[in-house]
Amino acid sequence: MKEHHHHDHGHHHPKQPDIEDQPITYYKVMTEALAELLVEKGVITAGELRAQMEEQNSRSPAFGAKLIARAWIDDSFKSRLIADVNAAAAELDIDAGDIPIRGVENTDDVHNIVVCTLCSCYPRSLIGLPPDWYKSRAYRSRTVREPRRVLGEFGTTLPEDVEVRVHDSTADLRFLVIPKRPDGTDGLDEVQLADLVTRDSMIGVSMAKTPA
Amino acid sequence: MSDFGRRHHDMGGLDSDPVEATEHDYAYWEKKIDAIRRLLADEKRKMFTVDEMRRGIEELGAKAYDEMSYYERWAASTTNVLIEKGIISIDELGRRMSEVEERLKAEASE
Repeated sequence: MKEHHHHDHGHHHPKQPDIEDQPITYYKVMTEALAELLVEKGVITAGELRAQMEEQNSRSPAFGAKLIARAWIDDSFKSRLIADVNAAAAELDIDAGDIPIRGVENTDDVHNIVVCTLCSCYPRSLIGLPPDWYKSRAYRSRTVREPRRVLGEFGTTLPEDVEVRVHDSTADLRFLVIPKRPDGTDGLDEVQLADLVTRDSMIGVSMAKTPA
Repeated sequence: MSDFGRRHHDMGGLDSDPVEATEHDYAYWEKKIDAIRRLLADEKRKMFTVDEMRRGIEELGAKAYDEMSYYERWAASTTNVLIEKGIISIDELGRRMSEVEERLKAEASE
């Protein structure tokens, strides 16, 4: 059906396995069609679309980990991080976006865990896109009701006397867990500390790693 | 607690299966629909709020909510709301989808 093959720039594309080997599903087709129509109508430009995809691709848990490592070595920064994550991130030249994010600190007495029961709100500017399980029915349903059992399914067991606080994210307020600094890390510098901070520890389903 | 009035997406506190810690690397088209939604909602455009997005997902109905993948729901909601707002028409979308499908199939068989 070459007559429908709209190559309007007169050259042959090299094969792009990552793009073209995806199955041609209905919603993939819908997304491509939508993107083309919005560009043609001038609602968005192709450059803006590419830049937006690059921007989200660049976001990883490394951003959040930098904030946590700084908080572990600097108590006043930690206080500012708890009060206003977005402003504290700006101090380290990290753009946390416009939606307010609150820091919640894990201590010997309190463990925080974050969920979005209604959908998938998540501090994606600081830890990337949410994993599938965060958006799953099981996690969204049960975390607010039986957080200790859910934590157990992630291999995280807390002493009975530790209070578990569950935070339900919304479109208007998100949360970043400040995990407890692991024991045996006194001699580590900020970069080494950041390596111990995992995505899951900033969601609150696990602890930060202990040094190898 | 009574479940009267609870809608399908409002699942906090209900019983469910154990959490399986699954994840996958997002496909190119999934990242693209994510980027489209963010652009439509940005300061420059303000055409599509996150609340409209979620309303569009919830209106897909319980069956679709359970059977479609996460970004499939995003694509469906974004498209439906843009049609509702008159930014695209259902006819031009249908025509363009046919063209895109032909093109992708041709490229895949090259």
